[in-house]
Amino acid sequence: MIPGGAKMKRIRTTFALAVVAGLVLAAPFRSARAGIAGSLPQAAAKPCGTVTVAAASDLTYAMNEIAANFEKATGCAVRLSMGSSGNFLTQIENGAPFDVFFSADIAYPKKLEAEGLAAPGSTYLYAIGKIVLWTRNDSRVDVGKGFSALRDSAAQKIAIANPLHAPYGRAAEEALRQSGLYEAVKDRLVLGENISQTAEFVESGNADAGIVALSLVLSPAMKDKGRAWNIPENLYTPIQQGAVAVRAAANPQGARQFLDYIKMPATAALLERYGFALPVKIPTGGKP
Amino acid sequence: MNWQAIALSLKLAVCVAGILLAAGLPIAYWVTFSQWRWKFLVEAIVALPLVLPPTVLGYYILVGLGPRHFAGRIWQSWFGHTLPFTFGGLLVASVLYSLPFAVQPISAGFEGVDRRLIEASWTLGASRLATFFRVILPLSAAGAVTGIVLSFAHTIGEFGVVLMVGGNIPGVTRTVSIDIYDQVQAANYDVANRTALVLLLFSFLVLTIIYGTNRRALSLWRKQ
Repeated sequence: MIPGGAKMKRIRTTFALAVVAGLVLAAPFRSARAGIAGSLPQAAAKPCGTVTVAAASDLTYAMNEIAANFEKATGCAVRLSMGSSGNFLTQIENGAPFDVFFSADIAYPKKLEAEGLAAPGSTYLYAIGKIVLWTRNDSRVDVGKGFSALRDSAAQKIAIANPLHAPYGRAAEEALRQSGLYEAVKDRLVLGENISQTAEFVESGNADAGIVALSLVLSPAMKDKGRAWNIPENLYTPIQQGAVAVRAAANPQGARQFLDYIKMPATAALLERYGFALPVKIPTGGKP
Repeated sequence: MNWQAIALSLKLAVCVAGILLAAGLPIAYWVTFSQWRWKFLVEAIVALPLVLPPTVLGYYILVGLGPRHFAGRIWQSWFGHTLPFTFGGLLVASVLYSLPFAVQPISAGFEGVDRRLIEASWTLGASRLATFFRVILPLSAAGAVTGIVLSFAHTIGEFGVVLMVGGNIPGVTRTVSIDIYDQVQAANYDVANRTALVLLLFSFLVLTIIYGTNRRALSLWRKQ
């Protein structure tokens, strides 16, 4: 081998490593920039342009349908971001370019309003979430027995959303405590980052059972894959879900239109079909 | 501040660095000195984690090695449980994910050893193993140190795979990066801030000590 060969190779390897290191270091900045640029509403070619919506992941399936209906009805475009409510709250507090925010917990929109980051009086209680105990069809955990099925040794791993920041996780923990099961199951709990991931843990078979949103269980993707047991509603505080128009919205008119659309009876019926309870007109933030 | 999460991250990083030292040396040796014409395939496989997003590895571990798939069932019958939600699962994921960070610097170190010295050692009757430990490794220690430091640091900083397959169990899979994420999501900025600062100072300190005391590790990066 030519003496220079090894050296060249070494230079190449080191160079490659340096490039990779550079890319790794630069990645957060790049993706942050791209993220903001990528989600800026495009020029308004349509009546109300593009509405950028951030929605809690329990709405994953329902919101896709609502957005499609809204687009058809108004001619506006909708850009959807699904994720955890807590994450969206932090992002909006730090200037994320969303027009409307659908939280799984009405406390977050109220917080944004109190901080002056949401359009005053725009918080709206759009639905009340329900939780169910869910297993895959092939799981040995018999949810027909209700919560006591979790005492079964077949339930080695039980998935709930993280109670620290996920509203559905808080409800799940509360229900477990109320029924006196928490101490018995606490060492077998695995925590999903949001309710979708929690459902994925169970759906993939890695967790034997889980407490997930009824709205996900009723979705076409999960409907026939498992069995659910409705957790009695007296075991947990109702999961009041609120939406709000973001004050710094690039498209405030579109945000208003989208919120108005949510209040229409047809949309409410759709949410009900996805397992949400409808709020009896509770005034929030001053608006009916 | 969550000392349990910090301790867990340290434990994970130490285990990963240890495993990668043991596994990285033979792999790097083979990658460096093998004459096999298809060697580049192995090199490409080793380097894969540099390119792949953590979500890909997370997805395969969660679903591909889940109980619904063949490989997952075999794993389950051997170990009694699937990989996700266990410390072992994080260990497997982290070792795979940090593999190139160990192998590439070690290999670069081996490349830098003068072939004539290696061949002289062989002709003087030293076995390949003796040559490796008494000639190659001492002359390329800087590469090995760099590889171990990088895999340690990379594991401390790992987030995506852990978020996907960890299940956030305190003391088992809730690493410090996950803990910071949780605190930010819950808007506990004070706690997040303190933990982040500790992590920042700790990482800086470790790297400073190692690079500072091992001038040769530094010189490997500066040489070209």
